[in-house]
Amino acid sequence: MTTVLNSLKPQALVSTLIPQTREHWINLLLILGLVGAALLAQYLGERFYVNLASRIAIIAMAAVGLNLALGFGGMVSFGHAAFFGLGGYVAGICAYHAFNMNPALGIGFLPEGTNQMLTIWAFTLVLSGLLGLAIGKISLGTSGVYFIMITLAFAQMFYYFGISWPAYGGEDGLPIYLRNELPLIDTNNRLTFFFVAAAMLLISLWLSQRLMGSRFGAALTMARLNPVRLATTGVDPQPIKLMAFVISAMITALAGALYADLNGFVGPNMLSWHFSGELIVIVILGGVGRLYGPLAGAILFVLMETWLGGVTRYWQFWLGLILLGVVLFARGGLLGLLAGRDKDV
Amino acid sequence: MSNPLLTVEQIESFYGPSQALFGVDLELHAGQLVALMGRNGMGKSTTIRSIFGMTPARTGTIQFNGKAIQKMAPHRIAQMGLGLVPEGRRCFRSLSVRENLIATAVPGEWTTDKVEALFPRLAERRNQSANTLSGGEQQMLAIGRALMTNPKLLVLDEATEGLAPVIRKEIWKAVRELKSRGLSILLVDKSLKELMPIADHCVVLEKGRSVWQGQPGDLTEDLTNRYLGV
Repeated sequence: MTTVLNSLKPQALVSTLIPQTREHWINLLLILGLVGAALLAQYLGERFYVNLASRIAIIAMAAVGLNLALGFGGMVSFGHAAFFGLGGYVAGICAYHAFNMNPALGIGFLPEGTNQMLTIWAFTLVLSGLLGLAIGKISLGTSGVYFIMITLAFAQMFYYFGISWPAYGGEDGLPIYLRNELPLIDTNNRLTFFFVAAAMLLISLWLSQRLMGSRFGAALTMARLNPVRLATTGVDPQPIKLMAFVISAMITALAGALYADLNGFVGPNMLSWHFSGELIVIVILGGVGRLYGPLAGAILFVLMETWLGGVTRYWQFWLGLILLGVVLFARGGLLGLLAGRDKDV
Repeated sequence: MSNPLLTVEQIESFYGPSQALFGVDLELHAGQLVALMGRNGMGKSTTIRSIFGMTPARTGTIQFNGKAIQKMAPHRIAQMGLGLVPEGRRCFRSLSVRENLIATAVPGEWTTDKVEALFPRLAERRNQSANTLSGGEQQMLAIGRALMTNPKLLVLDEATEGLAPVIRKEIWKAVRELKSRGLSILLVDKSLKELMPIADHCVVLEKGRSVWQGQPGDLTEDLTNRYLGV
């Protein structure tokens, strides 16, 4: 109670709003830079760059999800594309049935889809939570390279299911003709949609920060550092890791639902192992286990893909070189390089 | 006398194919401080690891509060009321002092306030990362963390090893304080001078076997020279 009252004192409130460390300043700059870039692009009439900012926000959100499992929980999931794709397909399938006004999955008594994002997000969270629970429960029975392989295997199962499911476009994917809607918000406006994506990113960052600042976060760190030592204090590391994995899956899936709406399309590529790999690269580039590392990584990755991809077909070669540099010389990723090795949470 | 809180009977433990314990017995009653003694490599830490299920005993029995625990997972054993202060000041170094204390706390007599009263240095460093603490402070934190689980039995494995004399004094003072509060303690240490006045019972290990048990006063010079190498 005393702590709560103290936190309401003006000085305490001000101190929580003003960045305390260099890393906090960099985090703030990243957010302001992204928002500023979107606003500037809109002002200049550069629609492509508004969408690019939305893309960065959404990919960063997916990576924030992965960072919870990989960075904070030490679970190297090579299968987060399964959750990202699941979110995408929930958005796509709901929108498809709402557009065609026929029952979901072709089953008569099921509702005729929906174009309401809030409903779609709720479906996404429930389904991805259940999928995360199933995959996490099985995968956490293993560790190390086996954990990586089993998460990859699950994602590939969904990928091959996606390309062989003709009802929803199979290999060709599924278009979303009309962007899904939010009450009182015009999601068809590019800038508005960017703010929706940025708000979701901020919420996922806030959630990660709250989680890692709680007892749960401390126990998750302990489970990552030394699960046996944690067990000797009476806490089973497995449920802690499983909970983190499930939350991580839900955040990534929600990003997938947004991504499908951004592109007006969902396809099996969202489920592919390439995307799982890209998410890992983004987290490493930005800084594993750094709260805003995924945002820094996503900005770098998407900008490289866009600009370097326009200059050379072999942009991934240069990305690989940068990744090598980060792994060898900047263990804390881009954020570590700029802000030093102290962790944010 | 009442039923023992902890009973270890003829346990044999292995690291892969290598046998480390060949039959260890010990008994600890509520409120007692039992000293587990022996030279390096004689099986003291392995005995502790076996009690906590980290190196499960293949044969023999371990009972805590009348229940067999030798086949339980480490977290279940700890949940029964065993608190471990592992060898080598094993704090979670990237977490703050406060996080180390509260992350695995169990409601009960021991709270952060009481731990900080026992070790005032921890109060001064509450929000510091554990890796900024000195070795002695880390050991205090490890003891504090174990106390925060409100154990019925506190197990300290080489709690004073490698610490400066002034810090060792503080740790021993805390151990005496804990004993005076009635906490049951199983203690591994090489400092006979500090151990003897506070131990209620001693168990000496030699090559993975318990070879002598008795009151500290019965530990003769001959036994000391033969088994403890001093």
